[in-house]
Parts: sequence; C-alpha cells; structure tokens
Amino acid sequence: MASRSHTRWRFRQPSVIPGFGLALGVTLTWLVLIVLIPISGLFWRSSGLGWSNFIALAFDERTLNALAISFGTATIAAIVNLVFGVVLAWVLVRYRFPGKRVIDAMVDLPFALPTAVAGIALTTLYAPNGWIGSLLDPLGIKIAFTPAGIVVALVFVGLPFVVRTVQPVMEEIDREVEEAAATLGANRFQTITRVLLPGLLPAGLTGFALAFARGVGEYGSVIFIAGNLPYVSEIAPLLIVIRLEEFNYPAATAIAAVMLILSFTMLLVINMIQAWSRRRYGYGS
Amino acid sequence: MEVRVQNIRKAFGRFPALDDVSLDIRSGELIALLGPSGSGKTTLLRLIAGLESPTEGTIFFGDEDASKKSVQQRNIGFVFQHYALFRHMTVLDNISFGLKVRPARRRPPVAEIRRRALDLIDLVQLSGLEKRYPAQLSGGQRQRVALARAMAVEPNVLLLDEPFGALDAQVRKELRKWLREIHDRTGHTTVFVTHDQEEALELADRVVVMSKGAIEQVGTPDEIYDHPVSPFVYRFIGQSSGLNVTLASGEIRFEDRPIGLRDANEADGPATLYFRPHDVELVDGCGGCLAGLVTGSRRVAGTRHLELNLGSAHPSVEIELPPERASSVDQSRIAFRPTKWKLYRRKEDLTAPPLQAQTSAIELAPTGT
Repeated sequence: MASRSHTRWRFRQPSVIPGFGLALGVTLTWLVLIVLIPISGLFWRSSGLGWSNFIALAFDERTLNALAISFGTATIAAIVNLVFGVVLAWVLVRYRFPGKRVIDAMVDLPFALPTAVAGIALTTLYAPNGWIGSLLDPLGIKIAFTPAGIVVALVFVGLPFVVRTVQPVMEEIDREVEEAAATLGANRFQTITRVLLPGLLPAGLTGFALAFARGVGEYGSVIFIAGNLPYVSEIAPLLIVIRLEEFNYPAATAIAAVMLILSFTMLLVINMIQAWSRRRYGYGS
Repeated sequence: MEVRVQNIRKAFGRFPALDDVSLDIRSGELIALLGPSGSGKTTLLRLIAGLESPTEGTIFFGDEDASKKSVQQRNIGFVFQHYALFRHMTVLDNISFGLKVRPARRRPPVAEIRRRALDLIDLVQLSGLEKRYPAQLSGGQRQRVALARAMAVEPNVLLLDEPFGALDAQVRKELRKWLREIHDRTGHTTVFVTHDQEEALELADRVVVMSKGAIEQVGTPDEIYDHPVSPFVYRFIGQSSGLNVTLASGEIRFEDRPIGLRDANEADGPATLYFRPHDVELVDGCGGCLAGLVTGSRRVAGTRHLELNLGSAHPSVEIELPPERASSVDQSRIAFRPTKWKLYRRKEDLTAPPLQAQTSAIELAPTGT
C-alpha cells in the first residue's frame, strides 16, 4: 500500500502493442461523430422542453401504450429468438446433413432483406386471407394487424443475432465436457440442461440483447403487419414518425429520449450480467 | 472390481486402432497403459469406459458383460487430460454432480451429497477452495478436482487419460506421488494412460506396453525393465543401444571380431544385441570387447554419459560411468563389454543379409495419442 503512493497514476499501462494513441483517437472521434453528436442533439432538443412539458409529452397515454407495445413485443420476440436461435445453432453446429450450407446462409437473409419487403411478405402470409393466416383464422387466431404480428416481424429480423452469437461459442464446446458428464451418469437431457446450456448463457444473453435492441428500433417490417391502431398495435418508432409528420418536434424528441434511456438501461444491465458471468466462470478469457 | 478385456478389435473406418487385444486387470490394481502416440492406449481406455464401442470383442466388469452397457450404466470414473471440469460450477458442485444427477431412488439426500463431496475435497487436499470456480484454480488443483469428481460416484474402475500430461514437471511429480497415496488409501481399481515411461514405472503395479494397436508386454515395472520381451519394449523403456552382430558357433561377433559374449543356445546368423548404458564394464586390454572413440561426454546428475563411435557404419552408442572413472577419457579410445544384454532375432535375420544399423537410444517423446 505504501509503495502505491509513490507510483504516479497512469492513463494507460505500458504495453508492447503500439498504436494505442492513434487507435483510441480514431475510436473516440468516430463514436463522437456517429453516435454521440446525434444522441446529444436529441437530448439537447428535449431538454429545451422544460421538465413539466417533457413529463406531459412522455407520459401521454398514447405514448405510454406505444412504448409498452414496442418494449413488450421486442422482449417476447427476443425470448422466442433465444430459444429457437439456440436450437438452430445447435443443429448447424452438431449435425452434418445435405443442404446444411444453404440453411446456414439462409440464417443471414433477414440481415440482407429490406425490412419493408419482409414486412409485406409476412403480412401477405399472415393476413386472414394469406396462406398461414387462412389456416389460423378458423381457430380464432389473428396474427396480422395485432401485436402478435409485430412479434412475428421482430422474430424474423432478430433471428440472425442469436444464431450468430451462439454458434461460435457452441463450436468451441469441448466434447470432453459432455463425455465427462456421461461418465458421471448424467443422461442426455441432464447433460444439456445442466452442463451445456449454462455454458451458453453469456453468448445467449449477448444474442438476446442484440435481438432485443434491434426489435425495439425496428420500423420497416413492423408497420406493414402491425395494423398501427393507436393504443393497440402502434409502436413507438411509428409514433415518432407520426409526431414528426405533424411537425410536433418536441413530442417526437421526448418519445425518442425515453426510448433511448430505456434501451440504454436494459443493455447496460445485460452487459453487466455478462461481465459478471465472464469474471466468474472465465468464459471468453 | 476386476476388468477383463477379451479379444477386442476396434477400427475407425478402415484404420485398425486395436487388433485382438486381451487384458486382465485385477481388482484394486493400479495399472498403466504405456505406449507411443497411436499405439491405441487411449482407445483401449475409452473402450473400457464405454466412450467408444468395440468393433469386436467383449469387456467384463467382474462377471458382468459391460460391453452391452452404456457409459452411464457402467459406473466408471474418468479423468481427462484437460480436466473437462464444468466451468460454471464451483468445486463443490463439480464434485457432487455425479451424485446429483442420479435418479431420485438412488440419489443420496442433499446433506449426504454435500458431506461426501466435502470428504473428497479433503482427500484431494483442496479444503477451503470448495466455493472456487475452475477458472480460479491452478492446473494441478483442477486435475485434483477432476479426480475427486470421478471418485464421488464410487466407480467400479477409475480410468485416467494422461492425467498429468498438461501439467509442468514439478507439479506432475508431486501429483504422481499423491495419486499413489490416494490409490493405496481408497483401493480403487485404476487404469491410467501415459506416454511417460518414468511415470508408468514409478506409479503402476503393472505396466502394459502397447505398440501399433497391440499389447507388447504386460508385467511389473521390474519385469518390463529387466526382461523386455521384444526389441520394441527394450528400446521404448529406458535408454538402450542396439548393435547388429553375428553369431558364430555361440560366439557373438561384432564386425567379425568376438566381443567376449557367448550365447550357446542361439543358432548362427545375424542378430541384434541390446544393452543399457549403465549395464557395462570397462575392460583393460581388449581381448574380446567393444571398443570406440569417445565423441561426447555429458554429466547427468550422478553419472557421466559417454557417447562412443564404434565405426562409421554403426550408430553411436551411449554408456554411463561413475564420473570419477570417466573423468580422463575424453577423445580417447575406450574398451567395454555389456554386463547385461539381450539378443533379438527376426525370422528374416536367419536368412537375409545383415540389416542396416539400428538406431540406438531412441528417444520417444510423443505427445497426445
């Protein structure tokens, strides 16, 4: 402890890897230009509203409903994606079958497809007169033009995030760990639930966070399938666009600011859980 | 529990990994499977464990045919070279895993599981670390957790696959001694795989030397070292030199000169003479000896190793002498005679012309399998 007071505090530890100054400079400049300036502009605009105005706009009933729908559907979609994304990644990593490469490539399609196209395609399928919708309609299940439709669209756009984050981690699972579980008497189900899945948790969380973040911000595919009924199936990004078209900039920025704060908080929490599990179990170290 | 391996054959695709291997392992025995990479030792271990299934043959645990049972049913303990611990579980959870996954009717109560796991932690000298995660342990500690985890299920047989292979020399030595102590205390029938002959000879009650998918020799460390049954075992275990010699009416001749050794029971013809560096005596005045020029001299611990050139057509030969005897012999000619030696002949040797010079003192340091 005494020696510590003698050593000068350093901004960075000495390292043999060169280019720290340059790399950090580029990183910070880039972040400021691309991320920080637009976001601070947003906060600057909404701070001009004054506190009571901001509260009134942000906690307007229609806004609250839109936020609830956006975050609710994004959460459900991310959970669905987590489950099926892990299954899909498992199939791609563990089995060899004809057409595997094609399926592997198909996973990335939602990345590439214009979201509006996806939205229209899904709407056509799930509308009451569509292929799938017409099968569900007699059962009294409506997908298109309800929040369920939003979830379907968000599942579509979020799928690659989970698969692509879980897949590499799954590939690295040591066969010996599974064999060890088997020699200790664990059956297949126990091996998967007690040994393999906990090991995938950090990667799964990352995928979940990415899919969720994408879902909250998604606009293009959702507006076609959602039906956009205020208080029922109107998402927050759409409400922002509506406010903009009404030239109601203060309301638009207020909604955006609330979304931003909520998203940031949730992502931060997920990140902290990941960092904690990494520290604890030594994953990825 | 005693384990009997009967006429096991195992092929991976068209590659035969084991060919007609039979082995009896006695109850409570500590036995080593020793061999170079690709000798099939790990395959044999995995077959006993049930992690592989034999192409042909049977494995008995006691009187029960274990080859029809799955890994889970065999109730074995397996320790992997790279530990294969569950990273998201504490030491305590790792060790109690095997008891926790038992079906409810065979599972001990929670308190009992905990007590047994803590006992094992005590046995492997990790008391106080039960709440740590594997990432927070050293390699030696991790391997001890792995051993405790394997022993927690009270296995019929304990199988270790190069258990110390990933550890550094110091830790390896310590763990070796410690494993022997644990074995003596618990009495589990134990089979371990190693490519380190020193480890096998020091640790095991019996050693199984394997090569190319077959068993070369099974015996106590003394038998293996003093009476190797084949040139392979002679070369693989310890240091040795092999010289091409010829037999003429019971007399062993090297380059057509008698070397003062006789083997009256052998027929005439070419043969290979094997001896160990420390089983030699220096002779004064060569009336029947091996003689060579000292080309190198190294001090290794308590002895001096001399490298001798016996002629350009032969590989150099190494002998070991007490340092005081060998201090003044650099670059000079030395005459010696093996005191313990063995002749090996191949069938072709009796008819074919002499073989090419055999390499001496082969150092086999394979990694993995």
